Amino acid sequence: MTSKTAMRILTAIVALIFLISWIMKSGSGMSDSAFTNVRDGFLVTFAVFLTLSIFSFLYRDNPFYKFAESLYVGISAGYWMCYGFWSTVVGNFVPRASRSLSEFFHVPYQEHADHILIYIPIIFGLILLTRLLPKIGWLSRWSLAFIIGATAGLNLTRYLRSDFISQVSNSFIPLFVDWKGVGDFVNHISLAADGQFIAILSNWVIFVGVMCGLVYFFFSKEHKGAFGVASRVGIWILMVTFGASFGYTVMGRISLLVGRITFLFGDWLNIL
Amino acid sequence: MKYIILLFLTCLSLCLSQAILAQTASSDPPAEAALVPSEPPAPPGNLTLKDLPNDDGHGIAVKWDLSPDDGAGAKSVISYDIYRSLSPDAPDSLWKKAGTVVLGVKSYADKGNRESDNDDYLPKKTNLYYRVYAVGAGVRSVAAAAGPVQAYDNWFNTLKVPELIFCVVFLILTVRFINMAKRGIDLYVRPLAGIEAIDEAIGRATEMGKPILYCLGIGTAGDIATIASFTILGRVARKVAEYQTSMIVPCIDPIVMTIAQETVKAGYADAGRPDAYKEDSVYYVTSQQFPYVAAVNGTIIREKPATNIYLGYFLAESLLLAETGVMAGSIQIAGTDQVSQLPFFVVACDYTLLGEELYAASAYLGREPLLLGTLKAQDYLKAIALVCIFALLALRVFTGADVIHKPFDMPWW
Repeated sequence: MTSKTAMRILTAIVALIFLISWIMKSGSGMSDSAFTNVRDGFLVTFAVFLTLSIFSFLYRDNPFYKFAESLYVGISAGYWMCYGFWSTVVGNFVPRASRSLSEFFHVPYQEHADHILIYIPIIFGLILLTRLLPKIGWLSRWSLAFIIGATAGLNLTRYLRSDFISQVSNSFIPLFVDWKGVGDFVNHISLAADGQFIAILSNWVIFVGVMCGLVYFFFSKEHKGAFGVASRVGIWILMVTFGASFGYTVMGRISLLVGRITFLFGDWLNIL
Repeated sequence: MKYIILLFLTCLSLCLSQAILAQTASSDPPAEAALVPSEPPAPPGNLTLKDLPNDDGHGIAVKWDLSPDDGAGAKSVISYDIYRSLSPDAPDSLWKKAGTVVLGVKSYADKGNRESDNDDYLPKKTNLYYRVYAVGAGVRSVAAAAGPVQAYDNWFNTLKVPELIFCVVFLILTVRFINMAKRGIDLYVRPLAGIEAIDEAIGRATEMGKPILYCLGIGTAGDIATIASFTILGRVARKVAEYQTSMIVPCIDPIVMTIAQETVKAGYADAGRPDAYKEDSVYYVTSQQFPYVAAVNGTIIREKPATNIYLGYFLAESLLLAETGVMAGSIQIAGTDQVSQLPFFVVACDYTLLGEELYAASAYLGREPLLLGTLKAQDYLKAIALVCIFALLALRVFTGADVIHKPFDMPWW
């Protein structure tokens, strides 16, 4: 049997299952309206078809996955185009630009808005569209330069505060918590989570981790000798962190899978 | 008889509901007659108003001395209500409630809205008047009133002085090292395994006659990781043009696609092969995360690129992309600054650039004075941070002095 024939048989089987599922889900609908039951039956069956089509990618690429992918990409692109028009042009520009346009689109006109200033980003946006005309396409570089330069400049202070200054500030933790001397520490040593020993240990791990992690990301010196040892400790701490993050995120992904399985076995097959 | 009883009960319930409604009225300043009669607390004293510093001109700082009955005795104050108006003689209905604070608090930052059609609009350069009431259990003091005060926007935000200091230090270091690089002084950069593998990966693709897939991630053109990725894309495009291999660059953002097209075109031009550049090699897919991933996965499985390079801003799609690349048998080099996604790249890819190594990669590849100087300045800034942490912690351990947070915490003065 050639692969084309096998695909045709498979498509026929899928179509038959689709039809049977649609009929059965329509028949078991809870609404009084026949149209609503038929529509809901189709939607559930189609959602199952798309779910299983995407899952089929785990085996290998196939026409069902290609269909689901193309549908997904096409709908998303179309949705974002409409969303971009209604949220940016109609939501942002029209209320500031023109009273009559605002009335046409049924959005409240902003009396005290900066009616002149709004045209600056409009001009930049139009300049960006000159890319479509090869002769004057070079003009779009001005808009691109403004976008990259402005966002990089605005992000500078934001990231400097959040990713550098705040991190450095939060690294100043006490290395000896409630310290009353070695004797007192030894006498009261315990593994209680809110105890002195665990608090001191946690703070030292954070301190060593920060210092060695920073050493690892030092590019100006070769990692040899004591510097190399600190760098190696840093990468080990990073990898332990990655492992914990990996396990935590996988739990979240499994919960997404559980949601899909619940839909298949619950809403479709009514087993759950 | 039963009808009379029914009529009586209906009238009684109507009267009671009206009484209840009157007591649970809205947040507008209630007339004092509606409050449960009781002895009111003493008002707060010494109400002072001034423009809120470090803002855009729509804020007033309100301060007062605590009421003598604050938290004390039968007339205990439980909160303070702050009201604002455009005129000192306005009727009660025109006094807008700005906020409420609990007992013991003697200041309030009234941050109004900047839009004139918003209910909480606070105009700038306009006389404003304030009243502060000490509120007890069902009673309220007479108002402490003050005004006029005007809100102004400020040119300088003093809360961001630490950022300014670090920017100035970084600028000085950057200029110094760029000048050193331009003078030909060798600035050492330690080797990065992932970057050294790019040349080898492009060579592999050329030998196999398969394309290279370069994914910039799902960030916008303003994300730092995407900007760093553009620089590396330019280098990769140049190498690809020299080796006469093909390249696929699917993009999630139209602006990113535009910049990527310019970058790749420039790379081909630098290699002396502008004619070999294909506009279709850099294309826009869609603006949503998972449809984009579905399309890129399909491309990987169908085109079977020899090399996949994932450099930029990634989220949950990182493992989807990397695992599909493994299925296709590609050599994979990845790099992102998203700590949550690095584990997936480390597990599924052959080489991974961790965090800042992505930013350093562009300097390492091109060895341009501008990029090298910036990289060295970053290193020195890190060294300063290391020394700061170590020195100030040692100060705290040996002397107990808590000067640590002062240089960095807000407000600075």
